Amino acid sequence: MSELQDILANPAFWVAVLRIATPLILGTLGVLLCERAGVLNLGIEGTMVAGAFTGWLAVYAGAPLWTGVLVAALTGAVLGLLHAFLTVVMALSQHVAGLGITLLATALSYYGYRVSFPKVATPPTITPFAEMHWLGLPVLSQQTPLTLLALVAVPLLGYLLYRTPLGLALRMVGENPHAAEGQGLSVVAVRSGAIVAGSALMGVAGAFLTLSAFNAFFFNMVNGRGWICVALVVFASWRPGKALLGALLFAFFDALQLRLQQAGSAVFPYQVYLMLPYVLSILALVLVARKASYPQALMKPYRKGER
Amino acid sequence: MRLEKRQQTSPLAWVLAPLGAVGFTLLVSALLVLWAGAPVGRTYLLLLQGGFGSVFALSETLTRAIPLILTGLAATVAFRARLFNIGAEGQLYAGALAAVAVGGAHGGTGWDLPPALLFGLMLAASALAGALLLLGPALMKARLGVDEVVTTLLLNFIVLLLVSMMLDGPMKDPTAMGWPQSVALLPELELSKLIAQTRVHSGLLAGMGLALGLWVLMRYTVLGFDIRALGANAGAAAFVGVPVTRTLVWVAVLSGGLAGLAGAIEVAGRTSYLTLDMSPGYGYSGIVIAMLAGLQPLGVLFAGVFVAGMLVGADSMSRAVGVPTYIADVIVAASLISVLVAGALAQYRVRWK
Repeated sequence: MSELQDILANPAFWVAVLRIATPLILGTLGVLLCERAGVLNLGIEGTMVAGAFTGWLAVYAGAPLWTGVLVAALTGAVLGLLHAFLTVVMALSQHVAGLGITLLATALSYYGYRVSFPKVATPPTITPFAEMHWLGLPVLSQQTPLTLLALVAVPLLGYLLYRTPLGLALRMVGENPHAAEGQGLSVVAVRSGAIVAGSALMGVAGAFLTLSAFNAFFFNMVNGRGWICVALVVFASWRPGKALLGALLFAFFDALQLRLQQAGSAVFPYQVYLMLPYVLSILALVLVARKASYPQALMKPYRKGER
Repeated sequence: MRLEKRQQTSPLAWVLAPLGAVGFTLLVSALLVLWAGAPVGRTYLLLLQGGFGSVFALSETLTRAIPLILTGLAATVAFRARLFNIGAEGQLYAGALAAVAVGGAHGGTGWDLPPALLFGLMLAASALAGALLLLGPALMKARLGVDEVVTTLLLNFIVLLLVSMMLDGPMKDPTAMGWPQSVALLPELELSKLIAQTRVHSGLLAGMGLALGLWVLMRYTVLGFDIRALGANAGAAAFVGVPVTRTLVWVAVLSGGLAGLAGAIEVAGRTSYLTLDMSPGYGYSGIVIAMLAGLQPLGVLFAGVFVAGMLVGADSMSRAVGVPTYIADVIVAASLISVLVAGALAQYRVRWK
């Protein structure tokens, strides 16, 4: 037990928690935005891969770090546009369209990486974002600006959703698109906008991995983080504040399992510790599922004039 | 712009839609090939030759198609009932794990059973493992309303870690020089080869038989009717007396079982032992194949061979002209998306206004 206390008392642990949480916060907000407008976005896993790749590639080619972030966001937005075309304009199955985008974006990124770097023994690296020591705050000073961006995005999205006409429109097309259309809103436009913006956030979530957490692009580096975000949105009952909480909670257990693995007295094979975050995600889903208030029109394609 | 349902789909549209999808995919891939600095025509030729151009190429393609057909069938039956099983990858590994657990040569302490009985037990265990793995998410969906997409996805990671743990521990092959691979299957449990000096094994016949069986089940049985009704409109199906939960359970057993069998057949037919890289995403490709086949069991056979041919062809093409093998994944993903769009355009007309 004292081992656990040692881990929790160490500020480095909490630094790790916030670092692990950052891409999850950004990704979860992205999914949340799409789902609030009534569209499931399973393209997140691939969108994160693509954002991680293009953002990193831009910086590797000599662009400033923030330009890399912008490139990642634009990559996400383009994939979001494709997703919107498939699910909103063509009203195709959201499950299949999202998986298709994940497969396409992942394949394109890996292909692009191999074309750009046909034979490299060690992955080429960049100089990632520096820690914000000038902040002079505990834990937060040892994060990079992208973590700050993620933390600021939470209240911003909350404000947008609950305090602006745009947020009302967005929630309305996610709850009752027919009524929204009756009010003169364009369901296609609002949903598409939400998907494009949400996907841009997912792109930035991916870019955090290559521009901040690591300094290179690896295959399989996203490794299911996107799917975790999809689970976290349900856990968060589609609320930005709870999404932050969920991401932090998940990151807490992920950081803890890493430390316990490294601690001398690891009782179980290391795989058991790695399983823990996934098992907890499923448990969390089961616990909240009964009272989960899904956006009413989630996963329901909308075709004007069709019931 | 908006979509308007066509009064009737002209036969011409049904011909043009797939052709358009193929053309679009070829165009996108051609741009990527040009980016890699390779000649487009030659690359495509090599891709086709590598996948289908010789007896050897064809045999490799068919070998690769076997697990893809099985996971494709697994996705077909699940998606027909709108049970979105994205967990075939994990179910495949669970099936392979069960197959090795039952039929592995565990240091001479194997079961003292006739090979035929042991073979049956091995297949049953693998199907059961896959089925149980999907039964959890299916019941959670039916009883608690937990979205099965997320749970099946997350289970993939858990199963892969479990396999990794078993390969480090109880199932580790002590003679593999520290390489994480399982003990081999008893030799008498391995599937026979269909063509001498190739790797095509009798799993292909199993895949074809199961596709036919699933087609009959979907078309001519009460369960098949219930599955289709559930997928078409769950509310209406429940209203007219389709037993929703029981049908979902059956779908989970069929879908998970097929994916589990894919794992056992892959071990018994190709690798003879289990490794962590046995499947390069066959479970996920199965979904693509099911969609390419329009969720028709018999179509899965053709879609499976097409995808397998692209993957195999890309390997040999890449060695010749240096275009990365990931082009195959791009082609498969792009064809999925364009087939979906083409299918929608055949049924709906676009109104610009």
